[in-house]
Amino acid sequence: MTAPVRVPVPADLSGRLDPRDALVRLEGVAKTYTARRGAGAVTALEDIDLSVPRGRVLGVIGRSGAGKSTLIRLVNGLERPSRGRVIVGEAEISSLSESALRRERRGIGMIFQHFNLLSARTAAGNVALPLEVAGTDKAAIRARVAELLDLVGLGPQADRYPAELSGGQKQRVGIARALATNPKVLLSDEATSALDPETTRSILDLLGRINRELGLTILLITHEMAVIRAIAHEVAVLDGGRIAESGDVFEVFTRPRAAITRTFLDEETGRTLPPALAARLTPGPVPAGQGDGKQAVLRITFRGPHATDPVLAQLTRDLDIPAGILSGTVDEIAGRPFGTLVVGIPPDAATVTRATEFLAARGLDVEWLGTLDLAGWQRTAAPGASDSSHVA
Amino acid sequence: MSPELTRLLVQATLDTLQMVAVAAAIGTLVGLPLGVFLATSGRGELLAAPWANRVLGLVVNATRSTPFIILVVAIIPFTRLIAGTSIGTSAATVPLTVAAIPFIARLVEGAVREVDGGLVEAARAFGASPLQIVLKVLIPEALPGIVLGLTLAVVSLIGFSAMVGAVGGGGLGDLGIRYGYQRFMPEMMLAVVVVLIVLVQLVQTLGDRLARRMNKRLRHG
Repeated sequence: MTAPVRVPVPADLSGRLDPRDALVRLEGVAKTYTARRGAGAVTALEDIDLSVPRGRVLGVIGRSGAGKSTLIRLVNGLERPSRGRVIVGEAEISSLSESALRRERRGIGMIFQHFNLLSARTAAGNVALPLEVAGTDKAAIRARVAELLDLVGLGPQADRYPAELSGGQKQRVGIARALATNPKVLLSDEATSALDPETTRSILDLLGRINRELGLTILLITHEMAVIRAIAHEVAVLDGGRIAESGDVFEVFTRPRAAITRTFLDEETGRTLPPALAARLTPGPVPAGQGDGKQAVLRITFRGPHATDPVLAQLTRDLDIPAGILSGTVDEIAGRPFGTLVVGIPPDAATVTRATEFLAARGLDVEWLGTLDLAGWQRTAAPGASDSSHVA
Repeated sequence: MSPELTRLLVQATLDTLQMVAVAAAIGTLVGLPLGVFLATSGRGELLAAPWANRVLGLVVNATRSTPFIILVVAIIPFTRLIAGTSIGTSAATVPLTVAAIPFIARLVEGAVREVDGGLVEAARAFGASPLQIVLKVLIPEALPGIVLGLTLAVVSLIGFSAMVGAVGGGGLGDLGIRYGYQRFMPEMMLAVVVVLIVLVQLVQTLGDRLARRMNKRLRHG
């Protein structure tokens, strides 16, 4: 009998064998804070079921107070759930002792909104800290720190103190520190919320690269749509401590079911009418014979292969329905093309029905937003006249 | 001033320095850990021990609220037990040290509480134990504040050390009282005051400079 031959599987490859295999799982999790001195208990999270597949990026989006911070802190045991289980890899985080938890945390990196770097240590010193804590020997620490700082593009700044670094550079140090102990998952707590848009982009690019090249699983929380769009594969929308909706980013964003998801999407430019036009929109159809100066407003969502179809031209040519563009955008979500067009067409019910059916038959999602009354606007918008919606 | 008086002044200065140095050293040795404990042992904190925290807080407050001159007299039996006598420089060091410990503890506690809680959270997140957090995060980050606190403590101790002269301790205060006041030698009184001013000035300048060097939160250049 021969001994079985063991083939070591590289960590980053083993994850890809079964991409659906969940690395982080929250099962029926609830978190209640028992307030002291008479004040009622506060429920931060309820009925949370969430899993982050190995090697994927899951973004949790929610307003402040939705429970995002609590949720991400449950994953590394900074908070304990009141009910339910939290599992990372093989370990049930929610039932570990404090000392066992400390060992598990070395496998879970975390980055923070305000970076949380030690002011008394240089960039290199900050990155070295988790390794010192883990008892790594000095020579190994030095080599690993240099490698990590190079990875995040901060090699030349190794000896700078945090006060001498920009916000983006500080977050890069934070990322290097989080990766120091070779974690299997990275938790990102609003990591770009304190950064300007350009720096945000570069940090998100870095996180995306780390996810792809190191196969690192990422769980991030944010209140910004742009962050989810930029790097998340899956999204969970958190509202009032519950998950309102979750799934593939492209699916959720292009076919939102929950109202809260729509309000997040509406913050994106091009999806809604500009404020001046929105003020003149009334829901519902136009009573017969009062269509003068009015338009029916449709929102057309282009998904995937149809995103660049010339449907407006087809609408005019094939159905003889003139369509005017009110607002629009074409972009990509999770690498797939996605567009939104808000158009105005003649307001009578028959035209609206014909247009809607025509577009739906071509695989587009059509929503009838209401009726736009432009008559008054065009008059008062004449030179010298002031428009109330422009006062602000 | 006669050579004899100058010799007395030098001796008194050395006595004062010795009393303050010993009191500050032991005071720091005990006060630093005590201060760190007070800052981290409240309910829900890193080394949570609410009862020990409350008891130690009470002891510290009791010592701090006793006027120093009364403390000196009140602990004479203890002083005798430690120093073998209740008069002289080494005896005076005992009440000075007893006063220094809670004073330094409160100053250290304040400096440690100033450290951003986010740093503690980050350290917990990468698996640091409470002891590691204290040694590698809290104390290094609080160090500039601790140094400023110790400077303040040393300056106060120099003042306190002048008071032990009143109850038979040595040092500059004793010299000022016995020669400057009781024997009516204004030049000796002036010399004592000048030496005290110079000492305090030196300590404060040194402390400030050290604290500034340690504080990496400021941009250098």
